[in-house]
Amino acid sequence: MARSSKAVGCKTMSALVLKNIGHAFLGRTVLNSINLSVATSEIVALVGPSGCGKSTLIHIASGIIEQIQGSVEHGYNRHGMVFQDTRLLPWANARDNIAYPLRIAGIGKTERRKLAEKAAEQVSLEQIDLDKYPVELSGGMRQRVSIARALVMEPDFIYFDEPFTALDVALKRRMQDLLIASAQTSRFAGLFVTHDLMEATRIAHRIIVLDVYGNSIIGQRPIPGEPGTRSDIEVFTRVQEFLHDDPLFRHIHDVDERIVA
Amino acid sequence: MITATLDRFGRFGKFIWSGWAGLAGLSLLAALWQMGHDIYGDFILPAPLATFSTVISLLQDPEAIEISLKTAGRALKGFFLAALIGGTAGVIAGYSLATLRVVRPVLTVVLGVPPIAWVVLAMIWFGSTDGTIVTTVIVASMPIIFAGAAEGIATRDRGLDDMARAFGAGPIMRVWTIGLRHLSAHFFPALILAVGMAFKVAVMAELLTSTGGIGGALAHARSNLDMTVALAWILIAIIALIIVEYAMIHPVRAELERWREAAKPWGVKR
Repeated sequence: MARSSKAVGCKTMSALVLKNIGHAFLGRTVLNSINLSVATSEIVALVGPSGCGKSTLIHIASGIIEQIQGSVEHGYNRHGMVFQDTRLLPWANARDNIAYPLRIAGIGKTERRKLAEKAAEQVSLEQIDLDKYPVELSGGMRQRVSIARALVMEPDFIYFDEPFTALDVALKRRMQDLLIASAQTSRFAGLFVTHDLMEATRIAHRIIVLDVYGNSIIGQRPIPGEPGTRSDIEVFTRVQEFLHDDPLFRHIHDVDERIVA
Repeated sequence: MITATLDRFGRFGKFIWSGWAGLAGLSLLAALWQMGHDIYGDFILPAPLATFSTVISLLQDPEAIEISLKTAGRALKGFFLAALIGGTAGVIAGYSLATLRVVRPVLTVVLGVPPIAWVVLAMIWFGSTDGTIVTTVIVASMPIIFAGAAEGIATRDRGLDDMARAFGAGPIMRVWTIGLRHLSAHFFPALILAVGMAFKVAVMAELLTSTGGIGGALAHARSNLDMTVALAWILIAIIALIIVEYAMIHPVRAELERWREAAKPWGVKR
């Protein structure tokens, strides 16, 4: 199954294509010959053990850092991004945080307010929460704000950099359901970085696995059925199969705390 | 709009109300002063009430107002120039860490030179003019402002910078919406420190160069051994500083730092 050097993709229209990506920090290679593609309206989960370079890869794809080798092709119009640590502006209230991408795009104040409130509604944030500052919101609410911020520009692609890792189990599930629902209504494609196989199996159309040392994509597994329609038993059984019978996921829970991704 | 105005009004009211605490502290100081007066007598330490009435009678004299304005003008001119130059240079240094590393030891040297030494140098360069005072004020207060600005930018949350970049913000947008907002946390304390420094140094330089102003008036009071008038002038200098600080720096700061108020836990707010 290992298709290391050819682009990993299954549908024809591509929203994102990464070709032969390589990157190094201060001479230490973190990524090497990475090829992958994401089709339109497809959610792809990128999994791999901690420290294998998942975050670096998504930062390269979203344009936060520039790769040393290879090329990034965007087949989408606009993207949004959700981060693990939410990255909300502490000095702005929830409404202004959601509207921040609109401000960057140079959209007027009244229009910003209107669009931000619409995006807030999509993630079930109430009017009263919108006047609060991030410090006054709980972890789950903050993550809702950060998802609304990613949705506000009505993007056709969203990058998710381990967005729910820090949340507790119940909240994580709620957020996953929220994500599945908004992906179905807004039809955006997405690249979802996680090291939680259960999460990947719930939300994605396809799982791709990054090598322990960031040395190419070592394989992929499509997940049958649409996200949101899979039962818990189905998801659980599939994850157990992955972990016990599938050699692709053998190193998925390897952890080396010294490596900083 | 209406709620925003009401909110602002409410915050202003709260600020005024918090003045009682400040007044209590100052009253305590006045009580200690009175005690000192009772022990050491009029010549060494005139009574606070006598000093206050001297301040009031001095301020009724247009000439005294002119003297105070002269000092305030010099201090503010120096302070604004220092804020402009130091602030801009600090922001640049904050973004370029190499520059910061080069400048840091220079700052230590400049801060280590006592202001009085600058007065002597400036007197030689400019003679007994406004230029001497303003130069001394700039040299004394600029390093503080520079360090505050550089520290503010250098300690910014790079995660937020990355976030802005992910949403397509260019460098100018990032400086404007993230760098400068983050700067304010370090910049305003530095500004408050610097404006105090500007007034102190201006009075000192005036006294040494005999170029009039509050420093000149103090020198005059000293030669007459008039303790009450000397103390009154000191009070006037402090009042001028307080007016500048609370009329110019604090309102801007309160507007920018509103979120910090929200971040305070219950019990600290009131």
